[in-house]
Amino acid sequence: MYVAVKGGERAIDAAHDWLAEQRRGDTTVPELDVAQIREQMTLAVNRVMAEGSLYDPDLAALAIKQARGDLIEAIFLIRAYRTTLPRFGTSRPLDTGAMDCMRRISATFKDAPGGQVLGPTFDYTHRLLDFKLAADGEDGASASAAVEPPETAPARVPHITGFLGRDGLIEQEPASDEAPPDLTRTPLELPTTRALRLQALARGDEGFLLGLAYSTQRGYARNHAFVGELRIGTVPVEMEIPELGFTVELGEITLTECETVNQFTGSKTEPAQFTRGYGLSFGQTERKAIAVALVDRALRWRELGEDDQGAPAQDEEFVLSHADNIQATGFLEHIKLPHYVDFQSELELVRKLRRQATQATETEAAQ
Amino acid sequence: MTDYNFAYLDEQTKRMIRRAILKGLAIPGYQVPFASREMPMPYGWGTGGVQLSAATLTPDDRLKVIDQGADDTTNAVSIRKFFEKTARVATTEHTPDASVIQTRHRIPEAPLSEDQILIYQVPIPEPLRFLEPSEVETRKMHELSEYGLMHVKLYEDIARHGHIATSYAYPVQVEGRYVMDPSPIPKFDNPKLSDCAAIQLFGAGREQRIYALPPHTKVVSLDFEDHPFDPSKADAPCALCGDTSSYLDEVITDDAGTRMYVCSDTDHCQTRREAGHSKETAA
Amino acid sequence: MQETTLEGGFADAPRDAAHAFRACMNAMARPGRIETLRGATPPAPLSQAAGTLLLTLCDADTPVHLAGAHDCDAVRQWLAFHTGAPLAHARTDATFAIGVWDALLPLSDYPIGTARYPDRSATLVVEMDSLTATGARLTGPGIADSAALSLPDIAALRANHALFPQGLDFYFAAGEHLAALPRSTNVEDA
Repeated sequence: MYVAVKGGERAIDAAHDWLAEQRRGDTTVPELDVAQIREQMTLAVNRVMAEGSLYDPDLAALAIKQARGDLIEAIFLIRAYRTTLPRFGTSRPLDTGAMDCMRRISATFKDAPGGQVLGPTFDYTHRLLDFKLAADGEDGASASAAVEPPETAPARVPHITGFLGRDGLIEQEPASDEAPPDLTRTPLELPTTRALRLQALARGDEGFLLGLAYSTQRGYARNHAFVGELRIGTVPVEMEIPELGFTVELGEITLTECETVNQFTGSKTEPAQFTRGYGLSFGQTERKAIAVALVDRALRWRELGEDDQGAPAQDEEFVLSHADNIQATGFLEHIKLPHYVDFQSELELVRKLRRQATQATETEAAQ
Repeated sequence: MTDYNFAYLDEQTKRMIRRAILKGLAIPGYQVPFASREMPMPYGWGTGGVQLSAATLTPDDRLKVIDQGADDTTNAVSIRKFFEKTARVATTEHTPDASVIQTRHRIPEAPLSEDQILIYQVPIPEPLRFLEPSEVETRKMHELSEYGLMHVKLYEDIARHGHIATSYAYPVQVEGRYVMDPSPIPKFDNPKLSDCAAIQLFGAGREQRIYALPPHTKVVSLDFEDHPFDPSKADAPCALCGDTSSYLDEVITDDAGTRMYVCSDTDHCQTRREAGHSKETAA
Repeated sequence: MQETTLEGGFADAPRDAAHAFRACMNAMARPGRIETLRGATPPAPLSQAAGTLLLTLCDADTPVHLAGAHDCDAVRQWLAFHTGAPLAHARTDATFAIGVWDALLPLSDYPIGTARYPDRSATLVVEMDSLTATGARLTGPGIADSAALSLPDIAALRANHALFPQGLDFYFAAGEHLAALPRSTNVEDA
């Protein structure tokens, strides 16, 4: 005799226990601590901070540990925590020109004031597994070299696009004191503004943006991007305290900024000018920042008077509605939940349609 | 975990949701945009319903949570636990004892009363979404009451299958104005939407929309004169309580594929069995 | 700041606001039904119901218009202290407006939402001497058959209903009593 399934609560508790056991893995292997993740899984921590929209390396590391290394799950933990935080105020706009750069490269000029700084990059590593890292103890590099960070470059490293702008070779980015919209506090309304799009892209899924950006390079709304400048480093975060009447520095955060120089526009009346794409992201997250810059540029077709080629990366509603991996994964995975009722109603309908089709065929045959 | 606010959400967020609820009640069937928050459960798993419940619950409420009609499905258990922990409200599985009922995919069999609030979890609030994927376009259609596309779709079903081939999330029109998605309830439940004594609230967290039906609102399932709406269900009695009028789940009971039908509303079935009903008494 | 400014708020904000919202929601869901709304003790001329409603629904995101005698220091300071709601620059910016009927007029001053977003409209809180289930006949969503409510001006409210789905929504407050009239309600002479 069938008995209506009971015991959902027991099943959930048991699943959680099992999950905790699996997370820990073999107990003869020492447990990871959060500081180890923070210091040695830095790029994972950075991605979680960027897409979680919360700059806190310790919490991001904790989330990665708790999520068993599933970065989207870790981002979810951070987002859910973030929404509960009270808001004390708004920082002053960050000045990336004052960035203390650990990496700064330009694909458009061989050299420029401030210089090219390769920094800690995988770019020219040969992707060969380093079995020394698998051995116990310190690996070669960190044991021997202990690279001294270079004495900091000049206090202000000028933006490469600034040199183009001085000559009118690139479109001007008019300064604005308008308060930027807040995607997390007001529902998305379309069409939207570039400020809001950049905000959405900054917390968008790296993989989704990578695919979209790549599609523009392959011809789906190609916009001929050069990396005018990619810089990674720390910038101070400041806040004005009205009660005190002055600005205080809250601390420093690491940012990645990518400015692309894109295909020019121009007409009979306006001389040709390069256009811009922009990406800014928490931490060292350069794949993300470059992808954001390319997608940002593709989304600007309307304001730059370009054609809508029907490319996915040009479709603001498509990009913004699907870039958030927490929304996407939730809805994707929800189809695991029971749908007995809907399925039953479909089943009844299909049976009814088949019954009628069979009857119709039989009637025809009898005639 | 003990210092979260009553019903988890902060007061400012609740006020924002509460204002959206009031607009929804004032414009029945219209989708009110709201700044949905990230909840500690995944989008698509009831975050819209959870936010509505959090904004609606008082400490005096008695909450019932169902998924597919059942109180004991895992996600219903999980959401009920969430509110037991964060709002410390009393809970119940018995429909008439509940003051707030959060549901996914069903309307309870027992008629709802004036003192109850039914909160639906909604995945895709836009009834026109699968006909027109752009929100910009569908909002225009609602503005102009331009619902021809929906009728064309239903009519194409009839041309192809001889029937309207929508069996759940069957579109309705509210007070002759807005076409509304009733959430993925089976069309069997659609008639209960209309002239319901309870307040009905619909929340789509991921899609950032809230909509509502005040009590006794006229809700009509879309149909054609020659193809009237048909709230069908499996033509069988419940194998446990013998009810012939309740919505049924089909269960496969052996390797040969033998089927049996049982009430999808577990509380309804349990109540009937406690009152002495069975398949035998029904026969 | 007057001493009374600091007083009269919710004793236990999350729970008091939850109860108060339920009354506000029940009122809006059942036009004409008179609910009791307690929790706040606002300064005159705010009624207890109106003051409680403002505490429940207003904050920094909702510009409030104070009409007529309600636009006084005591109310301004109390509202600012307990809700943080800014005063509306103009009636066209108001999310909520509060005052007696004549002070709130003309209704055409307030936003009624757009055809695409009819929810972007003002809610008017009308202070009344009393509220009774007599007078205008109300029909529409939220009402099983018909309801009655002592409304200040049937013609104006009927004109507002004609704007549906755009339009204003109304709360009427008297002492600790509250009733609502959303734009969806059809209003007729009894």
